[in-house]
Order: sequence, then C-alpha cells, then structure tokens
Amino acid sequence: MTKKDIFINATFKDNSIWRQILGICSALAVTNLMLNSLIMGLGVTFTLIMANMTISLIRNWTPRSVRMMVQVLIIAAYVIIVDIFLKANMPLISKQLGPYVGLIITNCILMGRAEAFASKNKVFDSFVDGVGSGLGYTIVLLGISFVRELFGFGSFFGFKVLGSWWTNWSIMVMAPSAFFLLAMLIWGVNTYYYKVKA
Amino acid sequence: MDISAFVLFWAAIFTGNILLTYFLGMCSYLSISKEIESAFGLGVAVIFVLIVTSALNWLVYYYILVPFHIVYLQYIVFIIVIAAFVQFLELIIERYTPALYYSLGIFLPLITVNCAILGVGLFMIIRQYNFIQTVAFAAGSGIGWLMAILMLAGIRRKLKEKMVPVGLRGAGISLIITGIMALGFIGFSGIVQIQ
Repeated sequence: MTKKDIFINATFKDNSIWRQILGICSALAVTNLMLNSLIMGLGVTFTLIMANMTISLIRNWTPRSVRMMVQVLIIAAYVIIVDIFLKANMPLISKQLGPYVGLIITNCILMGRAEAFASKNKVFDSFVDGVGSGLGYTIVLLGISFVRELFGFGSFFGFKVLGSWWTNWSIMVMAPSAFFLLAMLIWGVNTYYYKVKA
Repeated sequence: MDISAFVLFWAAIFTGNILLTYFLGMCSYLSISKEIESAFGLGVAVIFVLIVTSALNWLVYYYILVPFHIVYLQYIVFIIVIAAFVQFLELIIERYTPALYYSLGIFLPLITVNCAILGVGLFMIIRQYNFIQTVAFAAGSGIGWLMAILMLAGIRRKLKEKMVPVGLRGAGISLIITGIMALGFIGFSGIVQIQ
C-alpha cells in the first residue's frame, strides 16, 4: 500500500466512527459546540499520531502477552500531556470538556489503531495512519457539532449567524439529538458512500 | 458536595444516566446488545467492577496521589488499577468458579476499555465526592448502564424480523432507539439535579 492509500483508507474508507463504530462516546458528548469539537479532535489526533509512532517503534521488542497493557500506558502518557497542555493554555475549554479529555485513554479508536495497524507496520506508515484516522474523527465531530450549534445556539464557532428572529432548538443541546444526528450520518454514509443494497 | 448518598444513587440511575446522558460505555453497549443473556452478563460484570474499582481509585487518589503531590498521574494510575483488578478477577473466577467463568469471563477483557469505568472515576474527582458518595454513585451508574443495555437488547430482539432501511441496520437503528430512550429519560430530569 502506498502512503496515499493508507491515508485515504484511514480517513474515509475505514473511518473509525461511521465504518467501525468506534469512539462514539466522545463523538456524542463534546459535539454541542464547534470549538470544543475542534479541540477534542486535535487532542485525539495528537494522541493518535504520537501513540501510533511509539507503539510502532517498539513493536519488535514488545512481548505479545503484555502488549495491551503497554499500549494503554503509552496512550495514557500522551493523554496526560494533552490534559496538562489544555489546563495551562485553555482552562475554560478544559473545564467544559471535563472528564472527556481523560477518557481519550479508553477511546476505542486509539486501541483499535494500535492493535490493527501500529503494532504491525513501519513507523512512517503508522504516522500517516494516525494523521488519517485523527482527521476522519475530527471531520465527523465538526460535522455533527455544526448542525447542533447552528440549530441549538444559532451560531457558528461562537459567532451569531442567525439573527434575533431565530428560536433556539433546546433539543439540539441535549443528549438525544446527538444520537439522532449520528444515526442519520451513518445512514447517509451507508447509502450514498458504501451504496449498501439489501 | 453535600448531596446525600441515597439521592446520588437514584440520580445516577435516572436523571444522570451514565449512558443516556453522559454517553459513556457506548462501544460495548452497541456491540454486545444483540442477545439479552449476554447483555445481562456484561451488565452485572460492569456493576461489580465499577463499584470495586471506584472505591479503590478513591482510596488511591486521596491517600497516595494527593499526599505525594502526583495528582497529574491520575489517568495512568486509574487505568492501571482498573486493568490490574480486572485481570485479578479473571484469575479468581477461572480458578474457583469455572461455570461463572464461561458465562462471564469473555466479557472481562472488554471491561478494561469500557469508558464508563474510567468515566465514573474521573467524575468522582471532578465533583469531589466523599467515599460513601462515590460508592453510591458507582452502584447507581452501574445499575443505570445495565438497565439501558437490557432495554436495547430487548428492543433489538423484537426488531429482528422488522423492516428496517438497509443502511440503518445495526448501529444506526440502535442509536436512534437509544436517542428515543434518552428523550424519555429527560422526563426524569426535573426530580433532582446533580452536577
């Protein structure tokens, strides 16, 4: 596989969220505001890239029996870096994201990519895979949060775009809308992108 | 925090359901909900692990991490405690109750990466619960999670013979059902608010 194939595969064809249904927790929880989604997406992308590269680097020296534990610890170390960075530079957003930054550790995307790709492939390929998976995750988060923020607050990245005539749909800020929007996204992707037939 | 543990227990089940309000534990919720029996087995295992690891993590946080000023290591320490306990539990169950191991054992590795377990641990720190509150919150969260996965498993069994649009089968329709359940649970939210 060329680098381009790996990238396209990770971002679109095997997108973690709509294809493999992984990492749903944070995709639903932080998507009520676009800014939070962007920061979360960047945090996950950073962790993915670094963890993928590290795991790939030590793949020949990791015993099979303890590899899960090693992978979790590597991921946790990078998540701590992300958390400390957010607390220091963006305390407000860090507070809004709350436990979901720490929960990147148990985000199935990280373990999934480590197990399925990084533990078997070269360092640079794993880097490309990390960038692609992170981008795919961020795109989905931004897509869902665009709809939720537009209808829920009438704004785009915090700027009011809909005027004073707009009545906020409070359902869009609450939990159920996240489930409905993600379901519709998966439905649309299955029908128009994978073209599944009965 | 001066909410009584009793209130916290009920609030964790109904008004702030760990899955329907905070979206934690979605991965195993979507993949293990095809049959009621296995959903129940996983749910019971989650309740047990949740209560014990939350209590352990609370003790570790306030008696080791805080006195030694290494609070920033909490993520690594929490995940090690959870993974070690799950591994330990697996050994014990396999050694003494093989029957239980065959029905429950396959779910145990899944629990380490269940976000609900780590999520409750992080919530208890952010909201500054004391020990009793933590145990009550963990028990309530586990029961709430079991309830949600049992409801979905029951509905999915009925749904097997129904006509569902092809692209929506599997995860899609499960998410829509979960959304409707979450909508129903908003009705409880007026009873008590926990933050």
